[in-house]
Amino acid sequence: MNGGSEAPAVVVRELTRAFGEFVAVDRVSFTVARGEIFGFLGPNGAGKSTTIRMLCGLLSPTSGEGTVAGFDLRTGAETIKKHIGYMSQRFSLYDDLTVEENIDFFAGIYGVPADRKGERKDRVLRMAGLLERRASRTAYLPAGWKQRLALGCAILHDPPVLFLDEPTAGVDPLRRRAFWELIHEMAETGTTVFVTTHYMDEASSCDRLGLIDGGKIVALGTPEELRNRFMKGAVLEVRTSRPEDAAVLLETFPGVRSAALFGNTVHAVVDDPGAAASVASLLSTGGLADATVVPITPSLEDVFVSLVEGGRPDGVPGGEGTE
Amino acid sequence: METIRAVDLSRRFGETVAVDRLNLSVEEGELFGLVGSDGAGKTTTMRLLSGVLDPTGGEAFVLGRPVRSEAAAIHREIGYMSQRFGLYADLTVQENIDFYADLYGVSGKARTERVAELLAFSGLAPFRDRPAGNLSGGMKQKLGLSCALIHTPRVLLLDEPTNGVDPVSRRDFWRILYRLLREKVTIFVSTAYLDEAERFRRLAFLHEGRLLAMGTPDALKAALPGVVVEALSDAPRQAAVRLRGALGESSPVGILADRVRALVRGPGDAADRVNAALSGATFPCGEARVVEPTLEDVFVGMLSARDGTAP
Repeated sequence: MNGGSEAPAVVVRELTRAFGEFVAVDRVSFTVARGEIFGFLGPNGAGKSTTIRMLCGLLSPTSGEGTVAGFDLRTGAETIKKHIGYMSQRFSLYDDLTVEENIDFFAGIYGVPADRKGERKDRVLRMAGLLERRASRTAYLPAGWKQRLALGCAILHDPPVLFLDEPTAGVDPLRRRAFWELIHEMAETGTTVFVTTHYMDEASSCDRLGLIDGGKIVALGTPEELRNRFMKGAVLEVRTSRPEDAAVLLETFPGVRSAALFGNTVHAVVDDPGAAASVASLLSTGGLADATVVPITPSLEDVFVSLVEGGRPDGVPGGEGTE
Repeated sequence: METIRAVDLSRRFGETVAVDRLNLSVEEGELFGLVGSDGAGKTTTMRLLSGVLDPTGGEAFVLGRPVRSEAAAIHREIGYMSQRFGLYADLTVQENIDFYADLYGVSGKARTERVAELLAFSGLAPFRDRPAGNLSGGMKQKLGLSCALIHTPRVLLLDEPTNGVDPVSRRDFWRILYRLLREKVTIFVSTAYLDEAERFRRLAFLHEGRLLAMGTPDALKAALPGVVVEALSDAPRQAAVRLRGALGESSPVGILADRVRALVRGPGDAADRVNAALSGATFPCGEARVVEPTLEDVFVGMLSARDGTAP
């Protein structure tokens, strides 16, 4: 199949990958439109990395089919590699090379034509804010700068589709903000961004989300749709001066499925959203007279936890134990 | 009772001052947080407090004893979990725990009981024969914590324990920490997640090795110079660009999903200024409203005030 400009950036149907007996990715189907920011969420070991490796042409599917940038996953793996950018959680930079040498190296790998190289390199240095550090050894760069350099190297060849695997793990909020603005800027100019993250505030910045658990897609939609349609149960927000005590107490109440700290508040998952008043009076009886309880729209974290928790135990054996 | 104390604690690596005259004190049973950018000095501070690294200036005390001269005695009181969880990838879960038990001289009946207890509360019992390298991120984190707890320490130092860990595992992990707090364990933890920082009883912001601010989350928010304003927008990125132009560099502007959020500084009504800046936009924007600051606002405000540049 040829790379048609009108084709969606990513289409997969019944995509499956098994490692021996273990099915890491199980009949996964979704579509990502061009220019979309698609957030791919899931617990550690759910099949995220295996899916990304198949989409990048690094691992062949056991069954199912799909295209990336219009090229077939099975027959066009080599072509796909030239039409995507990939940045992993462990930034794949060479520490002993300088900033500029890293860029040159990746420009070579991606086959950036010689007459375009100078201009692309300048663009990446400017975008990453590394113009003055071009001769620095990469090992000496702070993590936030390395991250921007890694992103720059991943887009040297102007790929239409960009895969980012936990690009902001451990990066501070200021740099995460700046990084996400870059992502939005690229999406506005037509680049499709496929990103995994454990930060739910970042997930809420995506156009659409897919949640994978145990190798299966368990939710797919906009952040708004996930919050409104996929939550199992209703969420009550509890505010009190003693949130930790409230969380422990709440879990002993009938009708409360779970309670967890959320910032400095507590989110309790209940069967009946009308339970707010009775929960408040139980808290008061339990010694938390200052507690206020209101039903809220669930946060993405609530949705994530409700869909994933109580499923399979953490730490599934198989091909991506170190994900 | 005071559990941790740093007095002008400093560490230099060649020309670089990683930690610069740090002063802080943590009470027994307190949950204390260290927050800062990459390279702010968080890990170095952890290593200095745990005695893994010697200071080049100043001194650290744990449970009233100087860390430097009484390192051996203090090691028995401290559980330290480094960023990579300090595990041996080719040893099994059980072997990792045994290794730490040997290291800390936990033996006999106490050992058998403690190992069983840790395996139970971490949920690791079904995985005891699996090599640590084959565990998922969340399980590695729990194993790292179990190893740090093998000798029932009174002080726990955790260096960015929830990096790369999914929300479900993060919740489990916090449940374990709260249980420890109820047993009066002092927990000193660094993090890049500011929603977690909201739970700290007190926290310290580090930047370039120096302490920028310290206090309870409420006190830090109350001291924030400026007002936080949010507005919905169909084009939050363009709205942010527009706001930056209008408000100037002293007021950092960020994007939160479908909204712009600004820490507005300077004279005049903050919401009015944001509304005025967005009123001429060609894309629809909602009414600006003043919102409660979060610790992320405090963090962003503190760093932008320092660098003089909005993020």
